[in-house]
Formats: sequence, C-alpha cells, structure tokens
Amino acid sequence: MGDGRFVRTETVPAMPPPGRDRALVGWLREHLFSGPLNIGLTLLSLLVLWWLIPPLLNFLILDAVWTGDDRAACIASPERPRVGACWAFVIERINFFIYGFYPAEERWRVDLFFALLAIGIVWLLASWAPNKRLGAIYFFIVLPIVSVMLLLGFAPFGLSYVATSLWGGVLVTVVVSAVGIVFSLPLGILLALGRRSTMPAVRLFSIIFIEFVRGVPLITVLFMASVMLPLFVPESWSPDKLLRALVGVALFAAAYMAEVVRAGLQAIPRGQYEGAQALGLSYWQMMGLIVLPQALRITIPNIVNSNIALFKDTTLVFIVGIFDFLRTIEAARIDPKWATPVTSTTGYAFAAIFYFLCCWMMSRYAKSVERRLATGYRR
Amino acid sequence: MAQAAPPRISPFYDPRWRSIAFQVLLCAAIVWLAYSAVNNAAENLQRARIASGFDFWNSTAGFDISQHLIPYTAQSTYGRAFWVGLLNTLLVSFLGIVFATIIGFIIGILQLSKNVLVSKLAAGYVEVIRNLPLLLQLLFWYNAVLKALPVLRDSISIPGGMLLNNRGLFLPKPIAGPGFEAVPIALLLGIAGAIAYHRYARRRQELTGQQAPVFTVGTLLVLGLPLAAFALAGFPMTFDFPEMGRFNIRGGVEILPEFAALLFGLSIYTAAFIAEVVRAGIQSVSHGQTEAAYSLGLRPGPTLRLIVVPQAMRVIIPPLTNQYLNLTKNSSLAVAIGYPDLVQVFTGTVLNQTGQAVEVVAITMAVYLTISLVTSGLMNLYNRRIALVER
Repeated sequence: MGDGRFVRTETVPAMPPPGRDRALVGWLREHLFSGPLNIGLTLLSLLVLWWLIPPLLNFLILDAVWTGDDRAACIASPERPRVGACWAFVIERINFFIYGFYPAEERWRVDLFFALLAIGIVWLLASWAPNKRLGAIYFFIVLPIVSVMLLLGFAPFGLSYVATSLWGGVLVTVVVSAVGIVFSLPLGILLALGRRSTMPAVRLFSIIFIEFVRGVPLITVLFMASVMLPLFVPESWSPDKLLRALVGVALFAAAYMAEVVRAGLQAIPRGQYEGAQALGLSYWQMMGLIVLPQALRITIPNIVNSNIALFKDTTLVFIVGIFDFLRTIEAARIDPKWATPVTSTTGYAFAAIFYFLCCWMMSRYAKSVERRLATGYRR
Repeated sequence: MAQAAPPRISPFYDPRWRSIAFQVLLCAAIVWLAYSAVNNAAENLQRARIASGFDFWNSTAGFDISQHLIPYTAQSTYGRAFWVGLLNTLLVSFLGIVFATIIGFIIGILQLSKNVLVSKLAAGYVEVIRNLPLLLQLLFWYNAVLKALPVLRDSISIPGGMLLNNRGLFLPKPIAGPGFEAVPIALLLGIAGAIAYHRYARRRQELTGQQAPVFTVGTLLVLGLPLAAFALAGFPMTFDFPEMGRFNIRGGVEILPEFAALLFGLSIYTAAFIAEVVRAGIQSVSHGQTEAAYSLGLRPGPTLRLIVVPQAMRVIIPPLTNQYLNLTKNSSLAVAIGYPDLVQVFTGTVLNQTGQAVEVVAITMAVYLTISLVTSGLMNLYNRRIALVER
C-alpha cells in the first residue's frame, strides 16, 4: 500500500452515447470537409447544384404553362414575365407524338399492339413469370406476325390497310427497337456461333460481317439500306421505306449482339463443351441444351445494355426520313401555331424525359439481374 | 494384336463431310446472293440511266461548303468536296477526343471521390447523359441553345474581343509578325531539352538514387523557352479582331454554330462513357497495391503515378479505344444539324446530285472502316507493349 499503485474499486460510469447531431457532424466532417481540397470541392458542388436545380425546377414545373390553345398562352407578357416549359403544347400534340399520322379511328390497334408487346416483355423479363419457353415463342414468333396484321391491316379480320408512311411517333420508335431486338438476338447468336465455329468458311464470313458492320457508323448502314437496297432487289419488290430502315437496324444490331453473345460463350468453361460431346450430343444439342442456356443467362445484363444502345440509336432513322418520335418533336416544334421562344426547349425536354425513363428502367433491370446472378460470387 | 478396323460410317454422318458440305452450301448461297444483287443493280441502274464508275470524281461539284480547311469553291470537283468533308470529320473527331478525354477523366475520378456530394453529382452526370440519345442532345445544343442566341445586331461581346451570336462565335485571329519563327524553334529546343534532362535524371537516379525535379524543369523548358523567345523578338504578333458590319462580321476567325454544337455534344456524350471506363479501371486495381506501396514508403503522389495508374491504364486502354472509335463514328450525326462532315457533304449532297449511290456509300464506308481498323491496329500495338508480362 502507498507504493504508487492504483486499483480502481468501482466501475467507471458509461460514457454518454454519441449524440445524433454529433454523429452527423462527424459524418459531414469526414465526407465533406476533411481538408482544404475537399471543402473546395464541396463548395463547388453546392454551387453547381444551386446553379442547376432551381432553374430546372422553375422551368419544368413552377413557371410552366399547363393549359392553353396556341402560342399566346406561352408568350411572356407583363403579368407573366417568366415563362417556363410550354406543356400545353405537348398536351395538345400528344396524339401526334404517339401515333404520328395513324388514322384516329384506327388508333386502338396501336394501343393493342403496345399492350401485347408489354405482355411479352413482362413475360420474358419478370423473374416470377411462368413458362419462359412459351413466352419466348410468343415474343419471337407469335407477336411479330400478330403485330404486322394488326398495324398494317389484315382484310380477313376487317382490319383496313394503313400505309407505313402514316405511322409515326412513339409507335415507330417502338416498332424499330422491337424489330431490332427480336431479329438481332437470333441473328447475333448465329453469328457468334459462326465466329467460334471450326469451319473456316463460316468463321471467315462471320468475322467479315461483324467487323465490317461494327466498323462503320449506323448512319451509313441506314443510307445503304435506304438507297442501295432498292437497287439490289428486283424492281418489282420496291421495299417499303420503313422496311428498308428496319433491315438496316436489324443487321446493325445483330453484329453488336454477336459480340455480346460471343463474350458469354467464351465465359463457359471448356469442360461444359467436352462434357456435352462425351455424352454424344450433336452440335446443336450441345449448344441448345448445354452451352447457350448458361451463356445467355450470364449475358442478360449485357444484352439489355446493348438494347439500350439500340433504343437510343433508333433516333437515327430520323435522318433517312422516317417519322420516329424525335422527328415528330422536330416537326411539331417549328409549327407557327406554337412558335414561342420556349417551344423547342419544351419539345426536347419532353423527348429527354421519355428517352431517359425508358433507358433508365432498362438499365435498372440489367443491374437487378446482375445482382441476382452474382449470388454465387458474393462473399 | 491386330487392331480392329474402324467402323465405316456413312458420309452423311461423318462430321468432316458434313462440315465440308455445309461450307460449300454457304459459299454457294453467298455467291448466288452477291450475283443476283449485282445483276439487279446493273439492271436497275440502266433503267434509271445512272452511269456507274468513278467518273463523277473529277466533275464540278457546284455547291458551297460552309467550312473548308483546304481551298474549296463551288467550281471545285466532287473529289475535292470529299477531301473537305473528310478533313472536317477528322477535325471534329480529333478535338472531340481531346475534350472528351479531359472531361471523362475528371468525371471518372470525381466519381471515386470520398466526398459524397461530388461523387453523386458526377454519377448523376454519367447517368443522365448516357441515357439520352446523342441525336437529341445535338439537336438540343444546336436548335435550343446556339440558334437561340441573339441575332447579329445584338451580338454579345465577350472580353478579349470575341463576339457571340446565332451565326457563331467570332474570335480574334492571331497574325504572326516578322521574327515569330524563333518561337517554334525555341519550342522544339525546349522539348528536346526536356527529353534530354529526363534521360539524364533517370540515369542519375539509377546510379545514385538521387531524384531530380523532372516535371518542374521540363515544364520550364517547354513553356519558358518559347515565351522567352517571344519576348526577345519583341512580341511579334498582332490580332485581327472581328468587327461588326451591317450584315455580317468582318475579320477574325469564325466558329460555326454547327461545329460548336457537334463538338460540344460529342465531347459531353462520350465523356460520360469515358468516365465509366476510367472509374472501372481505377477500381480494378486492388487496394492491396496501394497499401503495399505505402508500406514501402511511397508517398500518395508517386503511389498513384507509379503503382495505380500504370495498372489501371492496362484495363482502361481497350475500352477507351472503343469510345474514341464510337466518337469518330458518331460524328456522322453532323448530317442532322448541317455540319459539313464526310456524311453530310458526300453521302448527302454528292449522292443526291450524282445519284451514284453504290459508289458514294461504298467510299464512305471504306473511309470509316479504314479509320476503325487503323486505330484499333495502333491501339493493339500499344496494348501489347503495356500488357501484363506473364510466364
């Protein structure tokens, strides 16, 4: 005793837990204000946000005009000095944006087509939907035939003929992307198999086709389809303008899809091929039953990403004179009836929201599949 | 023991015969397709009375091109128009690649910042830009932003003698005076000196371990020497300032709104993709590499420069090349806003005037194909040089 040792005889009272705002302050300090550079970056970001968010909010919602019959509603006046987006223009033209010049009394056919397409997409993509094989038959075989009869007209069912020159707007955008997706997947799989084939002629042909198409811009492919295709077929065929663009888009998308599928095929270990061969399966049995189901499963995210690119690229049919969604916006925004300083921006904002929502949903889906597939590798 | 003779299989089930038969069939189908296409084309062209061949190359074009890097008038030939268009494509692609790389690397690195606000903002940029079609962005920049600028009379003057209106941006044009030749010579000397110093510093470090301030000395040599030469020659440079006339602007250098919109749109769009490439590349370098470098006593700067970046570049280069090629191919969207690139001039105007679809489209495709193959060839060479050397 008394030699300088100290032994505590009672427990120390627990320290108070870190207060909520102390935690918040700590978090803020660590993430936003940890040094001079970080403080500068934070202030800069705040500046960007301040410079971005309020004007956008004002333009899109607070100052926007929602009702009106013509340009007078969206012109700045003394009692309304600031005019934001002219949504009245979009609301008045919405049917044009969706259907183009499709006859008004036949538009239910377009609506039905959208519904059938939506069923097909949900059937194929949703994880809870049963019987995918039937869904694939529906999407890749039944749907295309029914859609052609529905949209173009089919006399035995009393559906009158609607020329493709009358189609327009979202309808054309959806048709072009759907055709691109429906045809590019099977063609892409064939090309990918061809590129990995042991037959030199098949491999050479696949490589030339894939590298050629991937090496040139889509516009030149579309130009080729629209000005050269009519030359290459007998004059009596004279393919429809939309059909020519569809051929161009499908071939273009197939080359990109082929590379996506090839990446998937390469990821399948050799043992799977050899196992299938050891069991005596033929080439198509090996591919169809063993390799492709595994390869396609892991490539779903990349297939969806490639479809997002395709969906964005469909806007280029605009340049060969097809009335897709973006073209209807272009046509409507220069209409003198709605000529105001904000009309163009409003039209583009509407198009941007449409394309963003579609692409964003697709990329969300791709991410969710990726998460679902990654379970085996997650630590 | 005598081996049993292999069982005879009918040629129908023999994989070798099957593969040969299949390939012969495929070749026959392709030849037949090509033959009938050529046949039909010849027939259709004859009926439409369109000459085939490349005779049009030397006939007078008869149209003007708003931006030409080489002398061109309406009296020039179609061949000349082709070169004008090609140079315009190369110009916008090159500048686009430079800007997209700078913006893309900045955004990509910001995405990895520990600062939540900054990383979320950068991620938001990538998400929004990548999900909007490029054509929509180009139309927006051109029609809604640049064409909505004030008219000529109300041009905005920007400090430094620049004028901005809906016909473009007008910059002062630098004119070299006598004695200016010293500046490029000094620049070359500076670059040569910097390289020599870099070699010397490297050798010294290998021999003695002492490090030299290569970056500072190099910068001084490359920038300082030309500046000194410029000052010694008595600042031999004058500017031709753009002046507002009644109906147009005289003097200066004009940057067309079509060019600006295309460059802007391409750079911003491709930068979003490059940012993702850069982010993925940096994240692919395992954190253990950084920790190991720290434990060896390297400071954060050299760690980044010597350990992380070289390994990240290995992952970044191939997809980055792809993005550069995409940008070059996407520059063909110029046709939508009227910038006179290869597609607009050649596949647009020349095709319409001559009607020689096959030749014109074939030449255009050949050009893009050549650009693609040459670029990817060069990048493959570079890639092989920096690739991981394994056993």
